[in-house]
Amino acid sequence: MIKGRVWVFGDHINTDLIIPGRYLDDYSAKNLAAHVMEDADPEFPRKVAKGDILVAGRNFGCGSSREQAPLALKHAGVSAVVAGSFSRIFYRNSINVGLPVIVCPEAHSKIRSGEAIEIDMHGGSVLLPSGKRLTFSPLPDFLIRILDEGGLVPHTRRRLQGT
Amino acid sequence: MAAKTFAEKVLSRASGKEASAGSVVTARIDLAMSHENSALVLKSFQEMGGKDIWDRRKVIMLFDHRVPANTVKAAEGHKMVREFVRSSGIPNFYDFRAGVCHQVLPEKGHVLPGMLIVGTDSHTTTYGALGAFSTGIGATEMASVWATGELWLKVPETLRLVLSGPLPQGTTAKDAILRVIGDLGADGADYMCVEFVGQVVDSLSIAGRMVLSNMSVEMGAKAGICFPDSKTEEFLVARGKTFRAVTSDPGAKVREVMEFDMSRLGPQVAKPHSVDNVVAVEEAAGIPIDQAFIGSCTNGRLEDLVEAERVLRGKEASPQVRLIVAPASRDVYIEASEKGTLASLARSGAVILNPGCGPCLGAHEGLLAPGERCISTTNRNFKGRMGSPAAEVYLASPATVAASALRGEIADPREVDR
Repeated sequence: MIKGRVWVFGDHINTDLIIPGRYLDDYSAKNLAAHVMEDADPEFPRKVAKGDILVAGRNFGCGSSREQAPLALKHAGVSAVVAGSFSRIFYRNSINVGLPVIVCPEAHSKIRSGEAIEIDMHGGSVLLPSGKRLTFSPLPDFLIRILDEGGLVPHTRRRLQGT
Repeated sequence: MAAKTFAEKVLSRASGKEASAGSVVTARIDLAMSHENSALVLKSFQEMGGKDIWDRRKVIMLFDHRVPANTVKAAEGHKMVREFVRSSGIPNFYDFRAGVCHQVLPEKGHVLPGMLIVGTDSHTTTYGALGAFSTGIGATEMASVWATGELWLKVPETLRLVLSGPLPQGTTAKDAILRVIGDLGADGADYMCVEFVGQVVDSLSIAGRMVLSNMSVEMGAKAGICFPDSKTEEFLVARGKTFRAVTSDPGAKVREVMEFDMSRLGPQVAKPHSVDNVVAVEEAAGIPIDQAFIGSCTNGRLEDLVEAERVLRGKEASPQVRLIVAPASRDVYIEASEKGTLASLARSGAVILNPGCGPCLGAHEGLLAPGERCISTTNRNFKGRMGSPAAEVYLASPATVAASALRGEIADPREVDR
């Protein structure tokens, strides 16, 4: 179960907004997190706290394939992203770095910044403060397994070790 | 056997299973490209416990985003990757001089029709111009590809775009794809394999087709294909390659077929801050600009530089405008240099950069200050893309960017030409 306070963003949040190209010579996730979403909201890196959840509209994560985008979100404390739809590379990268991503088109119009929500990844539901539940199709088992193992690095390590 | 789309055929062959749209397959990768983010790939590879690359001949690495190194951190990243390339004996490595990956790989004959190619760059879709199934992935999954040679992929549905023409004189591949993205939207082809067909596609050079395939990702496409023909054959034969084309079967199930009449299309411009914010050049004409950039994996090829030079020849760019040109590769640089194109552009006031991605992603070599405006032949105009988040980027063809550089404001190349 993922519980957290929500930050709402709009449609087409691209990876240049999530982490601008000018910072990408730095491979430290901690340094990247200090700039996360700053071109969308300059205060965001200071405001975001551990466990917070992003809720957005369509096509979240479009643009560059930079894996630093989900990595910076994760290291800034973001525990999940709920969006109407995701750009495919961002979606894959998120799972691979261990950041849960949920496709739930209803969420954007029903959730406001500051509210607390609860996500059931296996059951496929989002519990709103009103007690109402939004449903979504849970990820396929093999992707949930990668998330549960903490991302593709531990997943592949186990595979290479044959365990 | 049921009729299959191009995507289903390539992914069936690569997975050894009957792949149909919507299913998830584990596919064997034919070619795996990474640029500077090889450093990030390497980090994940080592954390995974990876030791040997599954097939060294199928891996290509190069540097293009920050060349020559623009910061100490970038230099450290380059150094780390160079040492790994050397110690692991990777034969296909292009150091800082070769140019932009999406020009270098086709130019050097690494891309063949029907291949399954992945790259740690979203514009890896470019190789679809030669009929390869080619898509962008992240650094960590590339590490997994290095270790295992495999990747899970969802078999995409197919969106067939019929571009009927002919394109009017003065209208280019860039204008065509901007119009398509403007109509379909930034997620109009999400997760789909886009097939570009029709008279316009047939009439384009390989470089022009690369513009279509390159920018297909700007509408969310997983791959953007132009099927091989005599021009493809000529391109590959010149590189000593033989190949077998893969195409969609007649009657294969596609999600949708859409037709675009391009016979009256004029130059197009994508306004800030999204690629689908597209208008006819007349609607943007007159907007003052501070910088004009010609280059990138979209429009830094020889025919692009030649086209820009034709507009600028014998004239000087407006003193208000910083005109910057970056040939897409060393081969393009040498050819444009020998033809006199670069000298002519320099006489018109252009600063000629080394081949590379440079200003396109706001890495270095021409960042924008707050309040500044740039017209660019690149592929993204996102807020903050080329520098300050308070700057603006307009996207257009090389001819439109050249015409705008002359005038000091966004201009219709058909008018400047007159």
